[in-house]
Amino acid sequence: MQLRVNNQILTVHAAPETPLLWVLREELTLVGSKFGCGMGLCGACTVLVDGHATRSCITPISTLDGKQITTIEGLSAEGTHPVQKAWNEVDVPQCGYCQAGQILTAKALLDHTPDPTDEQIDAAMSNNLCRCGTYPRIRKAIHRAAEMGKSTHAMLEIREELLAAKGESNAIKS
Amino acid sequence: MPLNRRSFLTLSALAGGGFALRMNLAPLEALAQRPAPKFIPSAFIQIASTGIVTITAPAPEIGQGIRTMLPMVIAEELDAAWSQVVVKQAELNAEAYGFQGAGGSMSTPNLFDPMRKVGAAGRALLVSAAAKRWGVAESECTTKAGRVSHAASGKSLGYGEVADEAAKLPLPDADKLVLKNPKDYTIVGKAQLGVDNHALFTGKPQFAIDVRLPGMLYAVYEKSPVYAGKPKSANLDEILKMPGVKKAFLVEGKVNNSGVIEFDGGLEPGVAIVAESWWQANQARKSLKVEWEFVRGTDQSSAGFEAAAQKLLASAPQANTRIDGDAEAALKSAAKKVEAVYSYPFLAHGTLEPQGTTAWFHDGGLEIFTQSQLPGPGRSAIAKTLGLDEKTITVRMLRAGGGFGRRLVSEFMVEAAWIARVAGAPVQLLWSREDDIHHDPYRPAGWHKFTAGLDAQGKVTAWRQNFVTFGEGTHTASSAGMGKDEFPAGAVENYEQNLSTMPLWLRTGPLRAPGANALCFVGQSFIDELAVAGKRDPLELQREILTTGIQTTKDKQRAHYFERMLGVLNQVAQESKWSEYQSGAKTKGTGMGISVYACHLGYFAHVARVEVDAAKKVRVTDVWACGDVGSEIINPSGALAQVEGSILEGMSQMIQQITLADGRVEQTNYHQHPLLRMRQTPALHLSWRITDNPPTGLGEPALPSTISAIANAIFAATGERIRTLPLSKSGYSWA
Repeated sequence: MQLRVNNQILTVHAAPETPLLWVLREELTLVGSKFGCGMGLCGACTVLVDGHATRSCITPISTLDGKQITTIEGLSAEGTHPVQKAWNEVDVPQCGYCQAGQILTAKALLDHTPDPTDEQIDAAMSNNLCRCGTYPRIRKAIHRAAEMGKSTHAMLEIREELLAAKGESNAIKS
Repeated sequence: MPLNRRSFLTLSALAGGGFALRMNLAPLEALAQRPAPKFIPSAFIQIASTGIVTITAPAPEIGQGIRTMLPMVIAEELDAAWSQVVVKQAELNAEAYGFQGAGGSMSTPNLFDPMRKVGAAGRALLVSAAAKRWGVAESECTTKAGRVSHAASGKSLGYGEVADEAAKLPLPDADKLVLKNPKDYTIVGKAQLGVDNHALFTGKPQFAIDVRLPGMLYAVYEKSPVYAGKPKSANLDEILKMPGVKKAFLVEGKVNNSGVIEFDGGLEPGVAIVAESWWQANQARKSLKVEWEFVRGTDQSSAGFEAAAQKLLASAPQANTRIDGDAEAALKSAAKKVEAVYSYPFLAHGTLEPQGTTAWFHDGGLEIFTQSQLPGPGRSAIAKTLGLDEKTITVRMLRAGGGFGRRLVSEFMVEAAWIARVAGAPVQLLWSREDDIHHDPYRPAGWHKFTAGLDAQGKVTAWRQNFVTFGEGTHTASSAGMGKDEFPAGAVENYEQNLSTMPLWLRTGPLRAPGANALCFVGQSFIDELAVAGKRDPLELQREILTTGIQTTKDKQRAHYFERMLGVLNQVAQESKWSEYQSGAKTKGTGMGISVYACHLGYFAHVARVEVDAAKKVRVTDVWACGDVGSEIINPSGALAQVEGSILEGMSQMIQQITLADGRVEQTNYHQHPLLRMRQTPALHLSWRITDNPPTGLGEPALPSTISAIANAIFAATGERIRTLPLSKSGYSWA
């Protein structure tokens, strides 16, 4: 079947019941998503499916026809996404094994809630386990990413206003 | 700092220009199983003519930040520009790099000074080369951020421009090198970001589980559900017909049936399934039917251990392990006698990356890709078990998804090598989470009966601690012992420590802050209990015990140890405004607890504040911690990360347990052996007490006293003493 991963259409040969995690890691050699528990308990395998944080270790590829899958490799290869930048500024990782899942869960949160409170962060992130205890830094990094997102957002708005003044806004939107 | 090592340097030119500096690091004696000292050099610095400085990180990275921290130390004395530094991971080569392991918070104390000297030697060579070219005195040259300068003439050269000449110079005498005054540090002591951050955030292959080789197959390995067991037969024909399965076979291995399991037990018997994908191998395993022969241990259960321990606690101890003064007489004459029994369970490590290793036989040798914390002994075990010459085994040390002591046992390396040889292909062995929970070297359970005497002022005049643990005679299982100096030994005039053991057919091993993570909980909780019994402020009683120790001991080191404990205790009390809390009005359901401990060369005191509701849900709102790990916090970002992680791990340990029934571990995955979650994380208030002592490590010492501080806070909030873990045994849970 075909999977749409990180904006690429890829043909895979695994059986339809195969969980996405193993197709990513073994067939597509996208090893950024990690195996931790195999039961959707830890979140190390988290990817985005149509923008939603999803446990790839319990998601058969047969359910993913036509869906857009984003893995850590697809967030930004240069590490320039605000979440990646904030994670670096705050120096979040210890062993780093859970961080791909943490980063993608945080991205999904920020996409829906651009400026989350501590409570909203806790609610969104509490099912992603970190054995090393990086939670305080993850929380800080999400706030930092939200700040960066705000400034990016503000710049886009200004640009949009300028373009609107020129009557070109629709061109950009499409 | 007296370092037990001998060193010398060698220098060679690099093929592509520049030089490589090597320094022998003879193995230290602080950790066991180190190879004998040899005078063969090891490579740490390479300076290319482009000015890029490549620094080799010798130790395994398990999340402790060593790949960033040790290169920082070299770069500091080298006076390199940190932005020009590239870090390269060493492969396992004891002859070249000396001891390579990660454990016991020993990398910093063992390697800080040697790494400084490596850097200083490199700097001296570059200065010599530049001075020679300019025809000026070396003493007139200065270095900064990867350049040598001569102020009088205004000349300046980048390190890369003189590296070729430096490579041809005689080496400086390692013992005559001038090290920087720490006041002048520009890299050390400043928070540096993890060198692997970018790779981690973009999903680059970093971990042992990420290794991909041409034609590689994937393996699972089913071992006996009872520790001392082996497979008699299995439905291998059926398994071989399943999708993707290439091989399925029994491994005879070696049954461990001693009451005190060896640390490295060799290859455990089991059934291997090798398939084209790991998921296929693990799916096939669901149809696997094995007939096991259990050699020993089927009658083991947690209930049985509990009953046996209680029986031992009720009888005369088997052995006396320390006597100071006369505890019996002091107890008889005490104004008040306090007795309590404490216990704690087995725990699994549960590193997020399960155990595994990739093994590849090629070109007459074996190449191993592993995340072991002790790859050297792992390689020896492979050589011994498979009958190979150790020299034919290359070991690539890859980043580990957590260590915590789990990977000090490297049985997974032997399993991978064995399976790869039978499979005739490169094989990645990966344990499932269930394998990981079922075949851990567990933190051992233990029981302590305390009897203490107080005088009329509430001063502790007698302390008796009867310890029940696993072992044979006085030979205790791995990480199941207690040192003669266990606190407050040496600080209580009449002190008695006793030991009783019972057999165990289960492997135990070090879990982060081994020994301490349990012994601190019981000892520091009991001291808090004594403060309550004597109507004393727990802080005042702790101070009194420590001061008594400082004043009465004749052992200078011991006095120094008590002084450092007192130092962090006083500082954390101040930071947390402990005295205001003590003298203020108390609210039921809210409380603060205090605790102090020293282990693995580090000193930490904690204060915890908790809120407990009617359903016994505990919210730890704040934890204050103060640490003394000597004169230098090498990488403040990484150092604080270790303290943050230790505190949160302490909270995880308070809700975990491994139990046995019919010799089998009952827990299977994280839902039954939970980790702390983000919403349960307290606000952390951390501080350092900088003292004039050699810098020491931070993997362990911030953990133990977390647990007792929180347990004491729960008592303060509820009036109920936590004498056993996990908290669920007393009806408590994290909110």
